[in-house]
Amino acid sequence: MQNAKIEMSRLLEYAHREKRGKSTFFSQRTAACSCPPLDKKQLSFPLGHNYSMVMKLHGHPFSPATHRVMACLEEKGLEYEFVHIDLSTGQHKKEPFLSLNPFGQVPALEDGDLKLFESRAITQYLANIYADKGTPLVPQDPKEKAIVYVWMEVESHKFDAAAAKLSYELVTKPMLGMTTDDAVVEEHQEKLGKVLDVYESRLTGSKYLGGEAFSLADFHHLPIVSSLFGTKTKALFDARPNVSGWCAGILARPAWQKVVEKMKH
Amino acid sequence: MAIKVHGSAFSIAVMRVFACLNEKGLEYEFVRVDMRAGEHTKEPFLSLNPFGQVPAFEDGDLKLFESRAVNQYIAHAYADKGNPLICQDPRKMAIVSLWMEVEAQKYDAPAAKLTRELIIKPLLGMSTDDAIVEEQEVQLAKVLDVYEARLAQSKYLGGDSFSLADLHHLPTMNYLIGTRVKAVFDAHPHVSSWCADILARPAWQKVVAMKNNQRL
Repeated sequence: MQNAKIEMSRLLEYAHREKRGKSTFFSQRTAACSCPPLDKKQLSFPLGHNYSMVMKLHGHPFSPATHRVMACLEEKGLEYEFVHIDLSTGQHKKEPFLSLNPFGQVPALEDGDLKLFESRAITQYLANIYADKGTPLVPQDPKEKAIVYVWMEVESHKFDAAAAKLSYELVTKPMLGMTTDDAVVEEHQEKLGKVLDVYESRLTGSKYLGGEAFSLADFHHLPIVSSLFGTKTKALFDARPNVSGWCAGILARPAWQKVVEKMKH
Repeated sequence: MAIKVHGSAFSIAVMRVFACLNEKGLEYEFVRVDMRAGEHTKEPFLSLNPFGQVPAFEDGDLKLFESRAVNQYIAHAYADKGNPLICQDPRKMAIVSLWMEVEAQKYDAPAAKLTRELIIKPLLGMSTDDAIVEEQEVQLAKVLDVYEARLAQSKYLGGDSFSLADLHHLPTMNYLIGTRVKAVFDAHPHVSSWCADILARPAWQKVVAMKNNQRL
């Protein structure tokens, strides 16, 4: 049993390296002989275990946090399987989902035996470990990276606090047949306005929030910006030309458009 | 000196950065910002942090703000100095990042609100809102239920070693352990041991000493 376990973990490691484009026993072997190419999706073991090597994103089509991870997977051109978690039946608050995220929230990501939650931790993981695939989302230079991390924190603590609340009042509540609280909307529009004033100034001297290149700092805004653009809050963005231009640019990205399309179905 | 921290030694976010610098054994200059006079809401401070909050951080010509971003920069840039606070292995680092997000997204909201009601408001001569305290204690307890399960199988939140994932909790934890909220921590035995362990770290004790020595 012990030997089988060692074999399995070694094979998982090889398959993981193979998936990431590093040369392994498998890629060398298939190059050398006329055997059919290794099916990376399934590896069958003598003991009858099936390990799917494709990443699994557990989430919900209406969840902005799910969209955040999905868009990242698309930007990096990564293969993944979407596992729909039924929020209406409370599937996210029960096992087996709780083993993926003990806080009972979507999304969760499985990459081999690694289980992750918190969308912004997942995107950071993907951006770092798949740095050489698809769009670079984090700079390599430590000082440039530090600036990106500053604006990632700004999105997480300043922007999201006001914007997610507005999205909830203006988009989610109507969808659930609940009434929007106008006082909350007014209060948070004012807060968001102040944050966007700083963004306007920042984007005067910088093409993107984190610097000259598109990065996670811009990227993390996509789901809520997209959501708010369908509401009266869009006016706050339109009133600030640099912010407005920046929004148009990031919303037009093909990876984001793919997410919008996928979630319609 | 190349590294400068602008702020107040009482500020939770400033203490978070001091803790990191101390763990790495780095020298730095502390530039006191007179928050009572609103110095942080005007120039020249706004050029360091356009959101008008402490801390602001400088390392040579690099200017940063947001304490958690500052700490991640320090932990990476000075990875070979002092205590390691992050992991080089990306899969292990993913777990550290995850629990750093948990601190920021789940723990911080109730912890910061409780600190405001029980510590900051009295200092400013305002009265504590007991309803908020009760409500936020319930929220904190739910978060600590998850921490309890995690710390039952892992020595520290991010894994076997102390990391930024643990460190980021220290400032609010330090304040709250001196209030009625201690009971919420104590009701979770693994959490309680973990708190005692990390609060006892010499690097953190230095931060507490600095706070105690600064006049309001």
